[in-house]
Amino acid sequence: MTWEYDPAPESRAIANLKPTYRPFVDGEFVDGTGEPLKSVNPATEEVLAEVGTAGPTDVDKAVKAARRAYDKVWGRMPGSERAKYIFRIARMIAERARELAVLETLDNGKPIKESRDTDVPTASAHFFYHAGWADKLEYAGYGPDPRPLGVAGQVIPWNFPLLMAAWKIAPALACGNTVVLKPAETTPLTALVLAEIIQQAELPPGVVNIVPGAGDVGAELVNHPGVAKVAFTGSTEVGKLIQGSLAGTGKKLTLELGGKAANIVFDDAPLDQAVEGIVNGIFFNQGHVCCAGSRLLVQESIADELLDRLHERVATLRVGDPMDKNTDVGAINSRDQLSKIRELVTSGEQEGAQRWTSPCPLPEKGFFFAPTVFANVTQSMRIAREEIFGPVLSVLTFRTPDEALAKANNTPYGLSAGVWTEKGSRILWMADRLRAGVVWANTFNRFDPAAPFGGYQESGFGREGGRTGLEAYLDV
Amino acid sequence: MSDRVTVSKTYKLFVGGAFPRSESGRTYPVSDSRGRFLANAAQASRKDLREAVVAARGAFGKWSGATAYNRGQVLYRVAELLEGRREQFAAEVAAGEGAPSRRAQSIVDAAIDRWVWYAGWTDKLATVLGAANPVAGPYFSFSVPEPTGVVGVLAPPDSSLLGLVSVLAPVLAVGATAVVVASEDRPLPAITLAEVLATSDVPGGVVNLLTGHTAELAPWLAAHADVNALDLAGAPVEQRAELERAAAGTVTRVLRVGRGEPDWTTGPDIGRLRALVETKTVWHPMGV
Repeated sequence: MTWEYDPAPESRAIANLKPTYRPFVDGEFVDGTGEPLKSVNPATEEVLAEVGTAGPTDVDKAVKAARRAYDKVWGRMPGSERAKYIFRIARMIAERARELAVLETLDNGKPIKESRDTDVPTASAHFFYHAGWADKLEYAGYGPDPRPLGVAGQVIPWNFPLLMAAWKIAPALACGNTVVLKPAETTPLTALVLAEIIQQAELPPGVVNIVPGAGDVGAELVNHPGVAKVAFTGSTEVGKLIQGSLAGTGKKLTLELGGKAANIVFDDAPLDQAVEGIVNGIFFNQGHVCCAGSRLLVQESIADELLDRLHERVATLRVGDPMDKNTDVGAINSRDQLSKIRELVTSGEQEGAQRWTSPCPLPEKGFFFAPTVFANVTQSMRIAREEIFGPVLSVLTFRTPDEALAKANNTPYGLSAGVWTEKGSRILWMADRLRAGVVWANTFNRFDPAAPFGGYQESGFGREGGRTGLEAYLDV
Repeated sequence: MSDRVTVSKTYKLFVGGAFPRSESGRTYPVSDSRGRFLANAAQASRKDLREAVVAARGAFGKWSGATAYNRGQVLYRVAELLEGRREQFAAEVAAGEGAPSRRAQSIVDAAIDRWVWYAGWTDKLATVLGAANPVAGPYFSFSVPEPTGVVGVLAPPDSSLLGLVSVLAPVLAVGATAVVVASEDRPLPAITLAEVLATSDVPGGVVNLLTGHTAELAPWLAAHADVNALDLAGAPVEQRAELERAAAGTVTRVLRVGRGEPDWTTGPDIGRLRALVETKTVWHPMGV
């Protein structure tokens, strides 16, 4: 007997969607001089709102406002006072959690259960955690009185819009820096509601500035001479450009870039748990996750059984309306991203990998891609080497732990990895040898403000979260 | 001035989340700094103290088992509530300590900020005091701080609010539970703090607060076998050696404190947090 799900839609009204949103500069919402953009709901392709963007003069104003705020107020304020402002932000995000979750889902396309249970609470927690650091920096291991850097120019991606804003702004403020942040072109709305919260929390004008726009605004920002620190999360391609353009400027830089994480399953792994972890690892947030477990390495003796179980499980994932509380996989964030995924999937077929795609129904409108698993993948194929950033899993096999390790590390990336085995000593042996910034054992995609996150090699440098993450925003 | 007759409060003990009178039926008069009668406070007995230790032990599992983030939020919530009672605390501090109202106000502000400081420590202590140990062998070894258990606190006699907060908040921040003996002569802000705690999200029994004669209660607290650590901040100087000897009976940890009452307005350090944790080292082999 099959039980059908009734629709369980979240209310759109609670997002308080406004027809227009504007840049936030020097404590005020202002008309940007850039060409306004239209933010689209990727699940329906309807325009959600018009968003004013920053032109070069707005970026300049924002950086100068941030510098003034740094010199006159924020940089010299006692940490215990900064802390209380940041605690306010944490609390106000939590208070408006449902509104932010719904707005995030509308703008980004991710399932409401993810924005509700992960993005927004983790964003609030990130501010809460860092608020506590503001008056304890002398205990962080950077000397008796570590100083801030000045104005931080920050550019964030579209996959976790509010959460990435929190990851960037919270440590910057805690350490005493001021901020100019550029949200992603396709997902600017929650960052601008965060600006409203920052205004309501009565942060001094200029401490946080939000300048929406496309890549040109980001370039303007990171190259502005008034910026002392640049933090970027996004593609490795753009990360390389930024690192190159900052060469010789002396600006402090942290990069959190792409990944091609190996999720390694040994023959003694608890299979039911592993299947859930694999599914979570690659289909969470439509696979729009830099640390997604996109390369599944399975020990040969259990490969067939695992693949069968995986197909069975993936076929039950509900793909569709992100606003439905039962939806597991929502919309691909943009038409551009959808075509990139399609192009890479086609290459996988052409290179001889064996494609399996969930038979789930897809909505007629909007950008959707059915969960897909490639078997018989070899290391030379593009789908084993390149970041797909979509709900597509590449499955490879191995025989020995050494082979698993060699394959896992055979990538220019190094953001994360997963290990599934009942044997604790093997977990630690693998963790010791994996060239990745985060290793999850018998779990995947865990994030916490107290735990540093970031990559090796071309996945970037610098860490976000924990005591380690403070370094990025201190003059040390 | 209105000629309305005010409703006076009965000040009671705070044990297991409830506000009982002393089982002994005893009270003692509390006066302001000029000797005028303020209220009768409950004079806790040995039985009250033992009930308080039972309550603290009972609450330890849940409080120490909560995530550090959760404890941080719960403690920050207390600061929010303290802020709302700012005027009441200032009036009580002014009356009890004889501080002019602006000075009383700034003492209360410092106490609230101190609470916030400790609230922020819950999820940072392990990263500052813990370690991954680079042992010479194929083992993964790490050390983490864990709360010591039930902490007996003799609160400072002079600084009735800021001093109390400075010795109580670290107990809660590490995840331990407390049996506090309030300042004998100035107990009223402590009872008001207990009222704040009772309406916060701090589970009942995590903080137990007794009023009474410190010299009478202290030896019972120090000798109690189910008390893991003792903060002698408010112990009478002549009684300290005796209390430390009593504590030795069950190897109760005794915090090192100076002879006189310190200036609580100067910034805190993590000494109390460090003193209230045990370090646990875990070993696990590495190998295929």
